Amino acid sequence: MPHHPRIALALLALGAVFLAVFPLWGDTFYIRFIARIMIFALFAMSLDLLVGYAGLVSLGHAAFFGLAVYVVAGLVNKAGVTSAFVLLPAALGAAAIAAAAIGWISIRTTGVYFIMITLALAQMVYYFFHDQKEWGGTDGMNIDSKPTVMLGDLKLFDFYDRVQFYYLALGCLVAAFVLLTVILRSPFGHTLVGIRANEGRMRALGYDVQRYKLIAFVIAGTLAGLAGFLEAARATFATPAHLGWHESGHVLMIVILGGMGTLFGPILGAFVMLLMEDYFATLTERWLLIMGVFVILVVMLLPDGIAGVLRRVGRLGRRGAGDG
Amino acid sequence: MSLSYFLIQTLNGVQYGFLLFLVASGLTLVFGIMGVINLAHGAFYMVGAYLAWWFAEQTGSFVLALLLSLPVTVLLGLATERFAIRYLYARDHLYQVLFTYGLILILNELQRLLFGNDVHGLPIPAPLAGSIPLTEAQSYPIYRIFLSFTCIAVAAALYLLIQRTRLGMVIRAGSTHREMVSALGFDIARLFMVVFGLGVALAAFAGMIAAPVNTVYPGMGDHILIISFVVVVIGGIGSIKGAFVGAMVVGIADTFGRVLLPTGAGVVVYAVMALVLLWRPQGLFGRTV
Amino acid sequence: MTAHNRRRFIKQAGAGMGLAAAASFVPTRFAIGQKAKIKLGLMLPYSGTYAALGHNITDAMKMRINEGGGKLGGREIEYVQLDDESAPPKGKDNASRLLVRDKCDILVGTVHSGVALAMAQVAKEENKFLVIPNAGAVDLTRKNCSAKLFRTSFSNWQPAFPCGDVALKDGHKTAVIMTWKYPAGFESAQGFKDSFTKGGGKIIKEILPDFPSVEFQAGLTEIAALKPDCVYVFFAGAGALKFMKDYDAAGLKARIQLYGPGFLTDGVYKQAGSAAEGIKTTLHYADDIDTPINKKFRAAFKDQTKRDADVYAVQGYDTGTFLLQGLAAVQGDVGADKALIKAWEGIKIDSPRGTFTLSKSHEPIQDIYLRQVYSGDEKLLGIAHKALADPGTGCTMA
Repeated sequence: MPHHPRIALALLALGAVFLAVFPLWGDTFYIRFIARIMIFALFAMSLDLLVGYAGLVSLGHAAFFGLAVYVVAGLVNKAGVTSAFVLLPAALGAAAIAAAAIGWISIRTTGVYFIMITLALAQMVYYFFHDQKEWGGTDGMNIDSKPTVMLGDLKLFDFYDRVQFYYLALGCLVAAFVLLTVILRSPFGHTLVGIRANEGRMRALGYDVQRYKLIAFVIAGTLAGLAGFLEAARATFATPAHLGWHESGHVLMIVILGGMGTLFGPILGAFVMLLMEDYFATLTERWLLIMGVFVILVVMLLPDGIAGVLRRVGRLGRRGAGDG
Repeated sequence: MSLSYFLIQTLNGVQYGFLLFLVASGLTLVFGIMGVINLAHGAFYMVGAYLAWWFAEQTGSFVLALLLSLPVTVLLGLATERFAIRYLYARDHLYQVLFTYGLILILNELQRLLFGNDVHGLPIPAPLAGSIPLTEAQSYPIYRIFLSFTCIAVAAALYLLIQRTRLGMVIRAGSTHREMVSALGFDIARLFMVVFGLGVALAAFAGMIAAPVNTVYPGMGDHILIISFVVVVIGGIGSIKGAFVGAMVVGIADTFGRVLLPTGAGVVVYAVMALVLLWRPQGLFGRTV
Repeated sequence: MTAHNRRRFIKQAGAGMGLAAAASFVPTRFAIGQKAKIKLGLMLPYSGTYAALGHNITDAMKMRINEGGGKLGGREIEYVQLDDESAPPKGKDNASRLLVRDKCDILVGTVHSGVALAMAQVAKEENKFLVIPNAGAVDLTRKNCSAKLFRTSFSNWQPAFPCGDVALKDGHKTAVIMTWKYPAGFESAQGFKDSFTKGGGKIIKEILPDFPSVEFQAGLTEIAALKPDCVYVFFAGAGALKFMKDYDAAGLKARIQLYGPGFLTDGVYKQAGSAAEGIKTTLHYADDIDTPINKKFRAAFKDQTKRDADVYAVQGYDTGTFLLQGLAAVQGDVGADKALIKAWEGIKIDSPRGTFTLSKSHEPIQDIYLRQVYSGDEKLLGIAHKALADPGTGCTMA
């Protein structure tokens, strides 16, 4: 279903090549930093499935991301489990179950209600971890070890190796992109977009609208959980701020900045947003003021985000070619 | 739990509920009538508190501070609607969410820029200072009781405005039948501007009159915003009556949550909300979705 | 990559200063390293809730270093400042930016305990020195203590511990503890509990409102019903101000003595007015300590920043002394790990808060003062506990 404009595909391919070769010369700090951006791109892409395709504007998406971080933290620190073969399914499973529960309550509503209910339910998860004495409370906690991938005595993958981890994040991002593209081109995806366009009609046609929405919600939550797992492995730190509504608003902003309903938009959005924040934060102590103005400008002037700009540029380009 | 203890805790809950209602009423009004979701509602609450504190410092009078800061916040609300929100009605709620999210960042930073990082206290105006003894050990501040009555007065005024006045009729009609109201010659644009201004003023007013008991500090709008959301969701979006009942439910649940379930108090309010939603997804007094 | 040409705040302090000192003293041990500047990474909050603390720490630290000639062990200093935003999720990235990308020799920070915990782990991984000028989480110098981690401030337990004794000496037998439900609150409460129960006092109840809620009425009603001899609370900033006012308005202040660590009253007691009157607090500093060094420090800080010095400024100032003395001992050679650790472990700092040394877990052994607010001013009553050290439970070095 997603139509990737040609210019975007070209840019995406170029970007992918750049990302693939970056570790060859990049400084270790930036390898780590770009890994973070790719994790956020994955996180934002999962939200795009809800916002851009299913028409479900969730303001609680960070709950699944943060929950996965805490599941990893809990298993590593409290149970001494470090095998990625346990940690990854546990993190994804917890995110999926939470998404099913929160989704089940939320999808009974639409529009403004949906926004507020997802926000409020995610805050509930936030306060749960916020108040846990054993889990570091507001301070958060260091995760004692990164995940390990062992086959017998053979180390298959080293999470401590920044370059290896970088390629893992890149691989997950590409895989999620392909997976979502496939899903959206399937009948399921067509139905989802149909529901967004005209829910009443789809219902009249006999579709179980709620079921489709819930499945989309769970897929998105699980992918957010994957991003959370990666972030836990990268930063080895769990804090309630990972699940707060500011984080949810932040990732929503990334989706809009990049262009919702495009899948590749959130990737661009994550790069632009995080690099910008990084730049402004070192430029001035008042950087949040700049970010606020930036957010408002994007909302007012670029409702289709960067993807919208690219589409327009692409259209102009094609028209130019046709004329000549 | 003795009876007097139970009654005082109930009083605490109800009193907290009144304050929540005052903040949530503006939020639900703007939702219900304009269909606009305003995340910056808490930030306006903070603006009100800071203005009240600043004017009180300058003039030495809390009443004068109220009279001076209220028009400022109304103007702020009107301007926000006129120059920004107005262009977002036709768009998805998403853009309203993000616009007001950006507004929070700006208002929070401006507050720091203008007033600094310090925490401030506002003295309670002299006639309302002092406390009434409740038990041999505990007294109740007169100002809190005054707060409750103010909230009741605002609730009554809002109810009368919406249900009994011509303006209220138009507002009610405008929320459901926009085209018809404008066909009858009412200026919908101006109407919405007024409603948004009123919503902002309510948030700011809550910040102002709560300032003497609440202290004034950076980021104070954040916490109140989320809890107001919960109130509005429980009560049913757009319903003033719902906001009132929701505020009471939250106030009492929060207070008794702290007393009876000290380890999980933070989650109690949200659990109550989830239960209400399971039973009625549109909230207690919401129209069906 | 635009990020490569990112601007940084690099301020060079004391560039033209102390030339004479440098000329007269040229160590032979590492003549090459002598030319390079020492890179000092300052990771502190310059925006958000703790911005004021971050600024006071930074300004006082630089002031102290400039007083000492503007150099560390004869080497000039390059400050690399970074706003940590008090955001724990960014803690590790920010710390590794300073240590990995900017290759800072020593990391200084921060205020927020969560961020400090993240920093401690990065510093350990990178095998660099970390000096903590505020964050009080006990774990930093207990479970997470390490050879290259030093704290020049306090542990949350430390200012609280003497308070229990003070309450006992005042004749109280029972107490209610009320604190935010967060780590700093628990740790502070533990300090009070340790001394109060050891001396025969009884904690009737712990009331824990969730952080950072300022709705205290339910708890106050509980206190009124329990009628303890005294109440110990840990709140800071807006919460502290609101609590003092609510406690007073509920009529409890007149009946039940209120205690707390100094953070309860510092910076807000003037705003609280009569509500703060009579409250007793314990802390490792008091504004009116009557020593020449404290008076000189307060005057100089006021002169340079136009702000009044507070406990955070003192901690920043002492961090400056700490760096000056330690690096002087190794002639500025930050690579001389063992010598530097040894110098710092044996350090004796003459501070506005009094003279202090470091414990085996790298935590100040310091006097804790008893202060009380009366007639609108916070007055020093005396020393509540002489040379108190954090127990350092769980620290492998202790």
